[in-house]
Parts: sequence; structure tokens; C-alpha cells
Amino acid sequence: MDVSGAESDVSGGTVLSSQQIRTAGPEGLETSKNDTTEDLMTLLIRIRDHKDEAAFVAVFRHFAPRLKSFLMRSGTDAALAEECVQEVMATVWRKAHLFDPSRASVATWVYTIARNKKIDVLRKQKRPEPEDLPWGPEAEPDQADVIGLQQESEQLGAAIAALPEKQRELIEKAYFGDYTHSEIAEQTGLPLGTIKSRIRLALERLRRAMDQK
Amino acid sequence: MKIRHHLTDDLIMGYSSGTLPEAVNLIVATHVSLCDECRAAVESYDAVGGALVEGSDMVEVSDACLSGALDLIRNGAWSATEARMSAGDDVLPAPLADYVGGTLEDVKWRPVGMGVKQAILPTSDTATARLLYIPAGTAIPDHSHSGMELTLVLKGAFEDDDGRFARGDIEVAHEEVHHTPVADISEDCICLAVTDAPLRFKGLLPRLVQPFVKI
Repeated sequence: MDVSGAESDVSGGTVLSSQQIRTAGPEGLETSKNDTTEDLMTLLIRIRDHKDEAAFVAVFRHFAPRLKSFLMRSGTDAALAEECVQEVMATVWRKAHLFDPSRASVATWVYTIARNKKIDVLRKQKRPEPEDLPWGPEAEPDQADVIGLQQESEQLGAAIAALPEKQRELIEKAYFGDYTHSEIAEQTGLPLGTIKSRIRLALERLRRAMDQK
Repeated sequence: MKIRHHLTDDLIMGYSSGTLPEAVNLIVATHVSLCDECRAAVESYDAVGGALVEGSDMVEVSDACLSGALDLIRNGAWSATEARMSAGDDVLPAPLADYVGGTLEDVKWRPVGMGVKQAILPTSDTATARLLYIPAGTAIPDHSHSGMELTLVLKGAFEDDDGRFARGDIEVAHEEVHHTPVADISEDCICLAVTDAPLRFKGLLPRLVQPFVKI
């Protein structure tokens, strides 16, 4: 990948907390937990093109602890969460040929697989997916699109980390908790209107943050 | 084809976060199959999910989990549930064709009166999805509903107080809405309708005489 080093220095898309993103300097957060979005993309492409098991292990080590957390917050116990993580990661391996880096970051793509697994396991439902676009995935996506998408993903991560606490919490509940807005209202005792307007405000902020680049 | 009536943010976020009933996911996936604008919006919401996973807390994973995953990729028999989607046709986009189990020809229509026909699709019972066939020019009696009603036009068009709805357009109506949709005179209309009240099978005989109370 011919991606200039400049972007990878900017604290990365692997934001652990708003605290860390503010304090992370150009040297970044130097642990294996902080692969940049482009590192992950390179690893996934190695899985896709070369069935590279070492790359798979690296991608597993990055996502498995995050996915386990995601699944446990949706209500699965630790054992079931690990079983799902295994299957999600095996699906990543098997469907790597469908990964299109001009349309999604690795994290987004993995998220959609994990979400579908969650629906399957927790709700015992099928997940209807939209029809593929008629022109199908491009064989060689435009490099500019790929880089643009990866940069946007990192910005989005930073924008989410920078949301006011109350707004971020609700967004997390909506995505991770397997709760509808009404269920969140019951849980938190907040009126449904307040939940909806906070989520709307959060999304507005994210949109603005993404427009300002 | 210009789509004028789109999904709401609530529905797109619910689809992306995976919190909607199956029947609602089905109508969203069907609309998105026809609407590039909403497809892009879904992808944006998915990106929020991706960023949340990326920024999520981490919970320690056992070594057995990794070795199990390696075992799966080396020796796993892939489950049959991931079969290829149906191709779809001019009326039924692929996700809907999957639920019909074929093409428009395979829909098992049942008459519900006034020339109108319906076919209920197999989804989980927290919401109900049905295909409706409405002969050209038919007015559906004024009705209100308990809960949400989503109507997506697949063929032909209908018109009500909220405007004209043609292929790909989706109407999102809540319980306070009273409306009298009228199918276009030129062509029979086929819609996918989803209601979020559970389907009731028995004890409602009087209502069956007034089929549209159930829509």
C-alpha cells in the first residue's frame, strides 16, 4: 500500500477514550492494540489475496477483545461471546474476498459481520441484506477512494470519542446494547423524546465533524 | 427512477444497529436495494458501528478462542445458511425474492376482498410483513392502525394525503395517521407493507370482514 506515513501518526483510528486521543502525540499509542486502520487493511488484504494465517492471527488479536466486549454488552455471557467471536472471525476469513476497502474500513466491515451474528444468536432471526449493486464490487478500487475512506474512518472515531459523554453513551447503548430507543427510555428513566433528541444531536455533531475536514 | 419518499433516520440507525424486528429489516433492505441515497446512509451508520467497535473496551479472550478460530478456518464446514441470495426480478428485489422463495410468480396470494390480495411473508412475529396486490383505481377505506405501518411500492403507484408513492418510495405512517390510499388508475399496484403489531390468527373473525383494519 502506498500510503504516506503522515496519516498513521495522527493518533490512529483506534481511539480508546477521549482522554487518550487528546494526549496521544505523534508517537501514538504504542501497543499492539493500536494498529492503524491502514495496518488492518493491509492485513485483511493479505488474508484476502494470500490466505495468510499470520495476518489472520494479527486481525484476530486486534478485534477479538473488542468483539467480545461488544457481544457481552448485548447480553451474551463470556462463553457464548467467545463462541460468537470465533465464528465472526472465521467469517472474516471466509468472506475476505468481499471486503472492498473503498467502501468500508476493516472495523466497519467486521462490525457488520458481528452485528449479523448477534441478530442470529440473540434474536434467532435471519438478516435480510440489500441486493448487491448491479455493477458489483470493482476489481481494483481507486486508491484515492481507499485512502479517503480510511481517513474518514479515523476522523469518525475521533469525532465519536469527542462527543459529550451523555450523547456518546446513548449512541453506544443503541449500537451495543441491543436496545430500541423505547427500551433505552425505560432503562434510563429519561423520556423517549430526550433520548431521540440526544441521539439526533450526537449524529448532527458527527455529521458536522465529518463535513469540516 | 427518482425516489421521493425515503427511510427515516430512526429506521436506518435501527437497521444498522440490528435492533429492528425481522419484518422491518426486510422492508429496509428492500428499499435500500432500490435507493442509492438510503444505501449510502446505511453505510454511514455502519461506519459509526465500526468506529464504536474500534474504540470499544477490550475484554480478555482465552487462547482456546484463537485456536478454535484457527481450527474453523482450516477445517470448518461452512454452514448452509449462508447460501447465495436469490437474484430478484423486475418487481421483487433480491431480499424480498428470498422471502417469497422465488419470483413474483411464486407468491401465494390470498384474496381479502374488493379484488385486493395479500401474502404474508415468514418472519419473526414481532412485526408482520405482507405483500399487497391492489387492483388499479381501488381506494383502500380510511383506516388507522395501532402502531407503525410501513408501505413500500414495488409496482404501480398509490396516492394519499402525503403525496404520490411509486416504485421504491416508502411511506412511514404512525398510529395517529388516517389515510385513504388510492391505487393509480393505470396499473395494478403491488406493495410490501409492514406493521409492528404482532399477527393475530384467531378470534378476530369480525375483523376479517373488514380486511383493511388489519393492514
